[in-house]
Amino acid sequence: MNRMMKHHLFWPLSVLGALLLFNLVYSPDFFSIKMQGGQLYGNLIDILNFGAPLILVAIGMTLVIATKGIDLSVGSVVAIAGAMSCLTISKGADQNSLGLVLGAVGLALVLSLATGLWNGLLVCGFGIQPIIATLILMVAGRGIAQLITDGQIITLSSDRYKFIGAGSLAALPFSIFVVAAVFAAAALLTRRTALGLFIESVGTNPEASRLAGVRSNVVVLVVYMFCGLCAGIAGLLLSSNVSSADGNNAGLWYELDAILAVVIGGTSLNGGRFYLTGTLVGALIIQTLSTTIYSVGIAPEITLVVKAFVVLAVCLIQSESFRQAIAQRWRTRRYPGEKEVARHVS
Amino acid sequence: MFLNRKYFPILVTMALFALMMAMGAFRYTGFFSLQVLFNLLIDNAFLLVVAVGMTFVIVSGGIDLSVGSMIALTTMMSASLVQQHGVPPLVVIPLVLLFGCAFGWAMGAIIHYFKVQPFIVTLAGMFLARGLCYVISLGTITIDHPAYTSIAMAKISLPGGSFLSVNVVIALVVVLAGIFVAHYTRFGRNVYALGGSEQSTLLMGLPVGRTKIGVYVVSGFCSSLAGVIYTFYMLSGYGLHAIGTELDAIAAVVIGGTLLTGGVGYITGTFFGVLIYGVIQTLISFEGTLSSWWTRIAIGVLLFVFIVLQRALSARRSTVKL
Repeated sequence: MNRMMKHHLFWPLSVLGALLLFNLVYSPDFFSIKMQGGQLYGNLIDILNFGAPLILVAIGMTLVIATKGIDLSVGSVVAIAGAMSCLTISKGADQNSLGLVLGAVGLALVLSLATGLWNGLLVCGFGIQPIIATLILMVAGRGIAQLITDGQIITLSSDRYKFIGAGSLAALPFSIFVVAAVFAAAALLTRRTALGLFIESVGTNPEASRLAGVRSNVVVLVVYMFCGLCAGIAGLLLSSNVSSADGNNAGLWYELDAILAVVIGGTSLNGGRFYLTGTLVGALIIQTLSTTIYSVGIAPEITLVVKAFVVLAVCLIQSESFRQAIAQRWRTRRYPGEKEVARHVS
Repeated sequence: MFLNRKYFPILVTMALFALMMAMGAFRYTGFFSLQVLFNLLIDNAFLLVVAVGMTFVIVSGGIDLSVGSMIALTTMMSASLVQQHGVPPLVVIPLVLLFGCAFGWAMGAIIHYFKVQPFIVTLAGMFLARGLCYVISLGTITIDHPAYTSIAMAKISLPGGSFLSVNVVIALVVVLAGIFVAHYTRFGRNVYALGGSEQSTLLMGLPVGRTKIGVYVVSGFCSSLAGVIYTFYMLSGYGLHAIGTELDAIAAVVIGGTLLTGGVGYITGTFFGVLIYGVIQTLISFEGTLSSWWTRIAIGVLLFVFIVLQRALSARRSTVKL
């Protein structure tokens, strides 16, 4: 039991379990999945489908945070990628042609890789703190996205493009497969090759890992580019799901939700160890929370209050001094003298 | 003395402001008037107040993301109390200011006692404050209390036909008070010391905990005061007010020459940082053909320039390279 509690997935999974249990009690048909017109429908499918962009962004964010960095610009990159692909398709003669859609997707992904490269260069080339370096793109990025869309909301009528975010494959939403592919790629690259070890060592101590022969700069650069790419794919999913691009509101607050998912998943903001599965569970918790709040019938805006307490609780549980304070209270003896002794001994 | 390297970023900021004003004056007729300058202040009074609080936080080595939401919450609380509960404004304003201080204190206490990163704690504060707005009401609450409207409409005429609003006066007082606190009080010096090195501050016997929490109290106070100003400016309470103000404030502070790593920075710089932010908006509105998003891009570019400049300056000071 104790070993189980020590496992890094214990707390995230129990929170997720508690949320699902609450839903089950609240509305017993929460878990029912229906087959309609060759596609599965149900709350669980919805959570996976709507949570897909967040999971993607959070996977990229996990690796960035593992290198002791942070990427605040992902929300803007989501908007930029969506804007770019929608603009390209809307300019084409036949919005449904495969070549055009593929070209637009490719262009958007290249652009998001470039944003990652920019962040990475600022962080390891100029040696600027990650939080500051990515702040630049966070501020300017939304302006760039609006520049691309010319301040308008571009709407498309392209079934091929819509398939990415709203289509279905083998009775499941296509976006789930996209997430699964990215997650598998990230997990394989970091757990089956030395890359994961490099990332963790750079996050723990960049100078020491450089001296040990790890090319810290290259690792950091690649990680930021990967994070940009993930955000770009998330932007494609989001914009194709609604067949439109809104430079102002697409991906708003995604950076915060993604960081939250990573932290809930057990990855420390101090870098080093990272848990991709934990992040996955963390993102699912956030999405389940939103779905729960919708289904209970509270105004969705109030989600923010719940989220605030979740963030705080998770951070306090992770905080060493908070745990010590609680533990001390737990073990405190009745006599002040004994308390005094205990304090000096420990 | 005046060419000291530590004044370099602030001189760049001032020069940039002068340059932009000159550019505007040559390019557009009617730009070079006292009223245009005053309008800068009138439209950005709340940002100025928030940025002063933010400067303290950033100089101490922290960050406060909750300020924008705190403004919204203050407008919401004021509007709700005045309009729906009939509480007199003289009670409401001190109450919301006190609430701002308490909110800042709570965040500071969590940051200090439990050693959680300021970024995360104030992020939670941001969510909480924004969410509480919607708990009060989902829509807009318009304020038509005579005390609020008369303050909002009041114009302080100056010779030459130009005028200022009450908000500007409050903001300027805050700036002066900020300069005084930062440079002529113990608290101010402790903040600089804390931003320079927390370890050394502790070893010198300075009150680290009190200073750290105090900084967030100052920021909480400033953001709720900015909320009061914002209430005068908008005459309404709404949960979507002042979205993204935290970013604008951080940007203004950085453009003002404050180092985001802490320990270096001036309130005067922040003042000019906010003015530059305002001038960019004014220039874009005078140009007419440019759209509002160019403001964000311009701010981003300026942020980049200043961060690289600071990096270059601090790299020369310490030759240790990562």
